[in-house]
Amino acid sequence: MSRNISGGRDFEREDDGGERGGGRPDRDRRGGRGRMRRRKVCRFCVDKVDIIDFKDVKLLQGFIPERGKILPRRISGVCTAHQRMLTEAIKRARNIALLPYTAD
Amino acid sequence: MAEQRVYEVVFIVEPSTPDEDLTRLTDNLRTIVTDQGGNVVRHEVMGRRQLAYRIGRANEGIYVLFEVEGTGREIAELERRMRVSDQVLRYLTVRVDEDRQRAEKLRARRARKASKRPLAAGAAAGGGQGAVARDEEDEEEA
Repeated sequence: MSRNISGGRDFEREDDGGERGGGRPDRDRRGGRGRMRRRKVCRFCVDKVDIIDFKDVKLLQGFIPERGKILPRRISGVCTAHQRMLTEAIKRARNIALLPYTAD
Repeated sequence: MAEQRVYEVVFIVEPSTPDEDLTRLTDNLRTIVTDQGGNVVRHEVMGRRQLAYRIGRANEGIYVLFEVEGTGREIAELERRMRVSDQVLRYLTVRVDEDRQRAEKLRARRARKASKRPLAAGAAAGGGQGAVARDEEDEEEA
C-alpha cells in the first residue's frame, strides 16, 4: 500500500516513467521535470575506497551542502554501502565539531 | 595473548591551554593508558581548529588524536578521566580494528582476483598498488 503523504497535492511528481524499469526514453521526458538522471557510478567504488575516515573533513565536506544536511544517494551518486559509511563518518565528525549539524 | 583491539580517540582541548600544559596533559593521559596495560601506538596533536559550532564558551579548540591498542579497559579509564577534566571539552572513541581487518580482507581479495586473471602483469600490479596507496591516504591532518 502506498500512502500519498504529500497531503493530497501531487507536487514534484516525476513523469519519467519510473527509473527502475529503465525509464522512459530521454526524449520523452521533457514533459516532466526535464532533468536528466545520471547513471554515474559511485565514486568511492571507482577508487576502491574501503574506509571513509571521519577525520577527513575535506572529503566529507563535499557531501554536506550549505544547510549542512547530508546529501541523499540519488543526488551524490554514491552506492549504498559507501553511503552508509559516509553517513556514519559525517555523524561522527559532527559529534566532534569537525562538521556542523546545521548552518544557518 | 588476549585480543588486541585498536581504538582511535580524538579529543578536544581548551584552546587557551598553553603548549606545556598541553604536553603535560597528553603525557598524563598516555600514562593512564599504559598504566592500564594499553599501548599508545600513535599520538598526534592535530592542531588548533575552528570548531563547527560553539562548545562551552570556545569557538576553536586543540585537537589531539591517540591510537590505542588494548583490551578496552584502558579506554574506559581514559574516558573517565577525560570526562572529569576541565580541559578536555569533548572526546570521541572509535574502535577501528574490525574495520581495518575488513578493509585488509577486501584489499587482499581484490589483489588476488586481479592477479589470477591473465591480465598484463603490469596493469594488475599497477592497479593494486594504486588502490592501496589511495586508501592509506585518508588519515591525514584535519
